[in-house]
Amino acid sequence: MSFVDAVRHSYEADIQGIKTTGLFKEERYLHSPQSPDIEVEFPIGSAIRKCINICSNNYLGLSSHPEVIAAAHAGLDARGYGMSSVRFICGTQDIHRELEKRLTEFLGTEDTLLFPSCMDANAGFFEACLNEQDVMIADRLVHASMVDGMRLSKAMQDTYKHSDMGHLEEKLQEHQDKRFRMVITDGVFSMDGDTAKLAEVVALAEKYNAMVFVDDSHATGFIGRTGRGTHEHCGVFGKIDVITTTLGKALGGASGGCVSGRRELVEMCRQRARPYLFSNAVAPVIVAGALKVLDLISTSTERRDKLEWNARYWRGLLKEAGFDLREGDSPIVPVMLYDARLAQDFARDLFNEGVYAVGFFFPVVPKGQARIRTQLSAAHEKHHLDTAIEAFKKVGKKHEILGLGKKELVAKFAA
Amino acid sequence: MDEISKAVRDYIIREYVQEGDDREVTETTPLISSGLVDSFSMVSLLRFLEKKYAIHIPDADATPEAFDTVERIAALVRRFGKVEVGSA
Repeated sequence: MSFVDAVRHSYEADIQGIKTTGLFKEERYLHSPQSPDIEVEFPIGSAIRKCINICSNNYLGLSSHPEVIAAAHAGLDARGYGMSSVRFICGTQDIHRELEKRLTEFLGTEDTLLFPSCMDANAGFFEACLNEQDVMIADRLVHASMVDGMRLSKAMQDTYKHSDMGHLEEKLQEHQDKRFRMVITDGVFSMDGDTAKLAEVVALAEKYNAMVFVDDSHATGFIGRTGRGTHEHCGVFGKIDVITTTLGKALGGASGGCVSGRRELVEMCRQRARPYLFSNAVAPVIVAGALKVLDLISTSTERRDKLEWNARYWRGLLKEAGFDLREGDSPIVPVMLYDARLAQDFARDLFNEGVYAVGFFFPVVPKGQARIRTQLSAAHEKHHLDTAIEAFKKVGKKHEILGLGKKELVAKFAA
Repeated sequence: MDEISKAVRDYIIREYVQEGDDREVTETTPLISSGLVDSFSMVSLLRFLEKKYAIHIPDADATPEAFDTVERIAALVRRFGKVEVGSA
């Protein structure tokens, strides 16, 4: 079948539908490296403008760090540009295995396997390790990559209310007839910035003989006293059966992810996880950069300490200005607006004031929970945050929302 | 509200409404289209219905539209279970 007009028109109608419902996503072109100060072309074709970036996952400010760039250059020279192979044919270099060993040590697990991304790790894990005799019990707010991964598995799916330990316990009781139970959660939830109650999850898992799976993509490198992740923060380091995480956020921000955990589960992924088996090996340049990142964050907590300070300072500024915030102590600080249109208008106005932040609304977050998600970086200096808050205040005043709580905000924009 | 609708509504409140969420769930409250129940967590509702009423709802009929209100879910149960119900 060729791409006849009727087919084209059908897709055009779908795309128009996305636009009509306000869900159409447009890329903004950055003309600079990733950092707190970026140069942005938006709308496409317009003049480039300088902005403060407060929406990246560059938590530790390592995306453009000179030592990481130098290590990546050296890796490029020493090991080449690409592998032109999957891992198990001729795509595994010594540095791939070295990085896996270093990640194992950093995360406090038994073994690690690299994937092209954490999306791929999550998409491949459940099908590889669980079958129809098993059940996967997931927090209802887990990342979409785990939802997709679970859909590919033959194991039964179930969910529990977000961070509701009573509900999780009911589900664990209900599924005692299954061969294996696996509790699945984010470490830090990406949209709300809250932290999973991992100590309680682990206690329940021990009580009901279940495994624990944590996606720690928004935590690895900076949550916990030495940045090992949510398991360190919650006092259950070494007790998580499976951790998936990414190199694409705090750990240099390039790409790549991993499954790290019990030796046998990692081996099952090596044998059966399709995104691992059928994707190219992570490029040597990224592996070399990631090894340098681990050097930097294993020897000093300076960056995660600064990030913690920045997050606390930013949260204080927003509160003082009268914004309604989602409570939490991670570097993800959601400014709650509740109304989808307001979130879009607010982000546009911020951009016009030189601050780049993004509005999130349904279906990315539940209906009536629209927000501006701000994310801090160790690369932010105090002056970035002091400048950004002035823009937030100005836009907040324009929309007359400063000092309003949830009820007032919902009522104001209900009409 | 008949017994099936009441059982379905009670399950939905117990299973899906977060603590502190004061939303009201009636026979006609949108469930899927409002985001209260998503396609991912809908499987537990399907399992509850099949177990409680000893019925099987084929995948083709377990659509988001058919699960969007208590009223429609109860109709689905009646259709596949031929259950005798009292009036509201």
